[in-house]
Parts: sequence; structure tokens; C-alpha cells
Amino acid sequence: MGMPVSIHLRGDGADTTRSAQAVQAAFETFREMDDIFSTYRPQSQLRRLRRDEIGLEACSPLLVDSMALGELAARVTLGAFTTLLPTGDGDLAFDPTGLVKGWAVDLACGHLSDLPGVSWCINAGGDLRVGAHPDLPRHGPGSITWQVGVEDPGDRTRVARAIALSEGAVATSGTAARGAHLYDPSTDWMVDRAGSVTVTGPTLLWADIWATALFVGGLPTREAFEAQAVGYASFTL
Amino acid sequence: MRRITLWALSTVSVLVLLFSYHTSTSSTLAASTMPLTSAQALAPTTKKTTSAGGTTTDGTTPDGTTTDGTTTNGTVSASQTFDGDAAMTRYGPVQVQVTVAGGTVTSAQTLQVPMEDRHDQQINSQAVPVYNGEVIDAQSAQIDVMSGATVTWEGYTQSLQSALDQAHL
Repeated sequence: MGMPVSIHLRGDGADTTRSAQAVQAAFETFREMDDIFSTYRPQSQLRRLRRDEIGLEACSPLLVDSMALGELAARVTLGAFTTLLPTGDGDLAFDPTGLVKGWAVDLACGHLSDLPGVSWCINAGGDLRVGAHPDLPRHGPGSITWQVGVEDPGDRTRVARAIALSEGAVATSGTAARGAHLYDPSTDWMVDRAGSVTVTGPTLLWADIWATALFVGGLPTREAFEAQAVGYASFTL
Repeated sequence: MRRITLWALSTVSVLVLLFSYHTSTSSTLAASTMPLTSAQALAPTTKKTTSAGGTTTDGTTPDGTTTDGTTTNGTVSASQTFDGDAAMTRYGPVQVQVTVAGGTVTSAQTLQVPMEDRHDQQINSQAVPVYNGEVIDAQSAQIDVMSGATVTWEGYTQSLQSALDQAHL
């Protein structure tokens, strides 16, 4: 997926062998996802599929799932999110990169969520998900809260907002960090406007999809988000 | 103090171990440019400190900056420097060096940032100083993790994490 991922544990159970093993298992999930979906590794299943070296039937079921998720995301965002991206030579190709990161984090969380006394945070390229063992309180005494800083896209020396989170996902999309890297399917151009959109919600898969869609899309996409994305909230910087 | 968890798997063990670094074992780090791999994991470059006569001797970090050691009541509290492994980002390797004194991170600087083209330079000239400041602030300020900057931030985090790992995490 082209970026390092960090996993942070807090709480009484953070420093145990079991926790260390769970972190390893979570990282293994990222490695598996990378082996399937990397657009950088020539031998990833996605790259081999694109070269017609293998068929879909030889790929992980997750690859088929990613196509379904991509279509669903395009539909609910009214086309503002897409997994059909320009290849550089004028074609569009299936590229689920925009959803794989959040999805991989959500899958990796499964390894951490049953660690007794542990609150965790997985941060993948500035998009993150926080959670804790079901027995840990989410509020009040004994709860573990993560203060998530959201970068000011206009002045990256500043933290523009802070979000206190004991459980949930935070995704920020914008052009500040990497220049124009978001593609607007409606205009067939890379978006080059300033600012960023941050979305919070239960899963990073959908927080990330919506952050991209809201940054790229127009008012109809915004209205679709307000109406349909239950449990998700956004702000624009 | 718990804020340092930002960087580490387990805060408590980090701090305890860092505090245990009272005495100085001087070791020198030879390289000034560091294309590090994990195989070249570094021993801490400890700032030589003596309590005799209350004098302190400054150590030198690999890039030539000096770090002070201090003595209090015969207890030596040396600052130490740890170099993280270079973390690979999409733009190239990012490597971070952390200086620790009295169990807290007193400074962090970037040893290696990708500078392959102007675009990357622009990214890094914006991104890296931000996080240099953040490391120190994070111990007293409210922020545990950052959302927003893709790739470079993560490279930095990972590299710093490996620096802390070398402080016996």
C-alpha cells in the first residue's frame, strides 16, 4: 500500500506477550493485503490480474470483495469516489487503493480488539482507527482516550483540530500532503484545490471513502453523506 | 508522561528503561550519512558524562551537534541519542534521531529525508519540521496521534519508533 503503518497500544495489558503477538498478527494482515492489492509490487495479485497473467478465480476472494466495495462506494457517493483510476497512458484501470487502506486497518483491528485491558490505535498514513477491549469503559473513569490532532492543511506546522476518541475511525483527505493525488471522476482531472475534509465514524473503510468523496464531490455527494452515512460526521478545513 | 505512548508499544517500559540509563557507556557512531538498514541497528551514542569535580563532558552526535550531560548530586543524568532505522516511504527513506535525557525526549531531528526532486523537497520542507516539533510537544500537549499527512508522517513515526526500540523497548 506504499506507506508504513504504526500500531500503538495503551493500558495495563499493553506490555504482554499476547499483545505483542496480536500486533504481529495485525501487521501480517497488512502484509497480506499488500501482497494482494499493491499497485507498486509487480507480483501483487492486482498487478498480475491487470497483466492477464492470472484470472479472478485465482485471486484472493478479497479482490472480488474489493470490486464489490468499489462499486458500492461509487454508487453511494454518487460517483465522487471511484476505483477506476487513470493509469497515466489515457486508460482507466481498476485501482482499489483508495479503499484498501481503510479496509486493511479495519481487518487488522480484529487482532487487537480482544486484548484484555488494551486500548489501541492503528495509524496508516494519517488515517487511523482507535478501539479498546469491550470491558474497558468508553467514557469516564478508567477509559482511555486518544487525542487525535488534525493537521491544518494551510499551515502544516499547526494542529487545526483535536478529536478525543476512545473508539472509532478518523480519515482526512486533502491535497496538502502529497500534492494533487485525488482524482475527480466527473471532470477526469486531478483535484488541486486546497484544504482537507476529515470524516469520523465507526469504520475506517467508510470514513476514508467518504473523506475522499466529500473532498472531490459536490453538493449532491454532501447531501448523500448527510442522509445515508449513519454514524459518520465530517468537517472541512 | 503518558503522552510518549504515542511512539511506543508500552509507555511505562520505555520510561523505566530510559531512566535506568544513568551511567554513561561511551560509544561512538562512525557514520555521518546513514543509509541504515535494520541490520545496522545502532548502539546508543551516549554522551560521556563524569561526576568527578562536577564537570561534564559533552558528547557529539553523529551529525556533529553536541548534547549536554548534567550531573546532580552524584547521579549522572546523561542525554543519549538514538538513531531510528530508516523507514521507507513512497518518496524514499526517512530516518529520525532522538535525544533522550532524564527519561524524556529532549530533541528529535531528521537524519534522512527524501530529496529526490523538487516536489519531494517541498513536501519535506513542510512536513518534517512539523513533526520534529511535535515529538517534544507531545509529552505536554494534548495530541496522541495525527490525522492528515499521508506517507511522510508515517515514515517519521516508524523511524522514531525504531529509535525508541533501540532504547531497549
